[in-house]
Amino acid sequence: MKVALFIPCYVDQFYPQVGISTLELLERLGCEVEFPIKQTCCGQPMANAGFAASSKACDLNFKENFSGFDYIVCPSGSCVLHIKEHLQPASDPAVAKIRSNIYELTEFLTDVLKVENLTASFSHKVGLHISCHGQRGLHLSSMSELMLPSFSKPAKLLGMVKGLELATLTRKDECCGFGGTFCVTEEAVSVAMGQDRVDDHINKGVEYITGGDMSCLMHLEGILRRQKSNVKVVHIAEILNSRN
Amino acid sequence: MDHSKAAEIFNKDKARTKWHDETLWMVREKRDKAAHSVPDWEKLREAASNIKSHTLSNLDEYLKTFEDKAKKNGITVHWAADAHDHNEIVYSIIRSNNIQKIVKSKSMLTEECHMNEFMASKGIDVIDTDLGERIVQFRKEHPSHIVMPAIHLKREDVGETFHQHLGTEKGATDPQYLTEAARQHLRDKFIASELAITGVNFAIAETGGFVVCTNEGNADMGAHLASIHIACMGIEKIIPKMEHLGVFLRLLARSATGQPITTYSSHFHKPRPNQQMHIVIVDNGRSVQLGRPDFRNSLKCIRCAACFNTCPVYRRSGGHSYHNAVAGPIGSILAPNLNMRENADLPFASTLCGSCTNVCPVKIDLHDQLWKWRQVLMKEGYGSLSKKTGMKMMTTVLSNPGIYNFMGKLGRGVLRTIPWIAKSKMLNPWYKHREMPVARGSFKEWYVGRRGNR
Repeated sequence: MKVALFIPCYVDQFYPQVGISTLELLERLGCEVEFPIKQTCCGQPMANAGFAASSKACDLNFKENFSGFDYIVCPSGSCVLHIKEHLQPASDPAVAKIRSNIYELTEFLTDVLKVENLTASFSHKVGLHISCHGQRGLHLSSMSELMLPSFSKPAKLLGMVKGLELATLTRKDECCGFGGTFCVTEEAVSVAMGQDRVDDHINKGVEYITGGDMSCLMHLEGILRRQKSNVKVVHIAEILNSRN
Repeated sequence: MDHSKAAEIFNKDKARTKWHDETLWMVREKRDKAAHSVPDWEKLREAASNIKSHTLSNLDEYLKTFEDKAKKNGITVHWAADAHDHNEIVYSIIRSNNIQKIVKSKSMLTEECHMNEFMASKGIDVIDTDLGERIVQFRKEHPSHIVMPAIHLKREDVGETFHQHLGTEKGATDPQYLTEAARQHLRDKFIASELAITGVNFAIAETGGFVVCTNEGNADMGAHLASIHIACMGIEKIIPKMEHLGVFLRLLARSATGQPITTYSSHFHKPRPNQQMHIVIVDNGRSVQLGRPDFRNSLKCIRCAACFNTCPVYRRSGGHSYHNAVAGPIGSILAPNLNMRENADLPFASTLCGSCTNVCPVKIDLHDQLWKWRQVLMKEGYGSLSKKTGMKMMTTVLSNPGIYNFMGKLGRGVLRTIPWIAKSKMLNPWYKHREMPVARGSFKEWYVGRRGNR
């Protein structure tokens, strides 16, 4: 199984350990992983700002890097959703292929690799931040608004981690307020939302906040560190790949 | 003032913002509980969505049928192309009957048309009779929420307002005492009224009748006591048949407040003897929206405000920050249709979390439409020059592997060596309340190194 690793630009630049954990985890689970070296960004920052029409160069670069693989895996629901919904031109068969074989990491583990157990160990109390695009866009977990059976792909995986205690949050799936450029254009609301998410986790006594999107976690980490909190953020790939 | 600036001011009072958020979250939780109580809730949403889609696709026919039937019932039907037309029509009815005393129950359409201001300019006083609307009317404010117009106010605020306008005791905060004062005050207005204006929740093409939903019974009080009843409705309020009404009544109040149904669902079919009944059917941009394929289904909206209550941005910025009669996510997709320049900020007042789409009882794809409006607004040139330039630069960096690698390295280098550049709260809004991420080197560099070592 030939898997292309797609590492979001901000993860590449600021959180290399998330990319490393994702790569190691996929390799340990038997995947042949390649990181197309000329990849940059999915184009979401421009598209969400209203400039999807002018991010053609990003689309083209993405297509050139990610064609010809069995699967594309990425440790970010948000970037995956953007590619699935907005990579252009949709009429191009290569683009259609990419749209259909790109997976967010946790859904790839549960749905394609059908992982039922892991050797990971992480003896801490952890809060799971559900990122909206992964949840409401990719349906990685059930949504509190819908009257449908409940499930959670990331929580299922965390349940396989030795020693990990998962906290139950008061607001299970409220947005953290990162929202791409929203985090600076609507700074006040963004921070208020982030603060409320952080408080929910802290009130449940967590040591770590984890999740599938480093962008949300970067925002929450910024707030935690400003307050000199002991609570840390950790990407779910790092926990699933942990061996201590 | 744009949404972001207004939201920043709203957030200066942290305790109040938290209270606003929690109050509305409680309503969202009530909605969840009520929705859970209905087996096949999701199927009910689907049915409602389908009825509305069908109606929008045949709107001309259903409107004509409705007009025919309503006329046969003895109702006078008026057509208004825009807000101004609407106001003039209502005014002409008032003037030709030489009316002085007017009561109005909640109608977001009349808010949208700025009818109260229009009438005031003609020297006519319209008394809002919905309790929340009366409170904001006393304060010379606008409703901050389409279902709970005074939700931005605490009982202390209401006490002070009533003290000033109704002479209640200073410092009084007891809801029962305050409500009783409003009740007595409004009773007098109802009894004296000569003309009642109401909104319309559902207009039924098959019967030519219409339904107004209230919890306070104020639509009935107004319409039953006055000798003239004017009902104002947008063209999208039509449903084809009486049998469809139940679908919407089951969804409306559960989505809005978590009640199984509004206290009053008042059916109006024809005028009483010696009563005049008028319906004003208003377009005001709706037919333009109907012609926009990406946005037409925003007209399915039944004004339950579930999208307001679930919206984490609305809860933390308040309705007035949306500078429109209809705030929240639905307001943000309706308002640009009316005026792109004035409302270009609204589709950006969202994280695109998608919760609005999930609670919508008629399945409007709210967050997708917010995204699509962003594209339209930027294409039409409503972005600032600095934003356009910034995005162009960003695209260049992010689509070109060589420049991307170089800029990444440069950026991380700058963060390490001269961190004060990023740590300027003026230059970098991120840093006002958040630390910058720590630059630890790039994954790509690590990967190249590892490959080299193998």
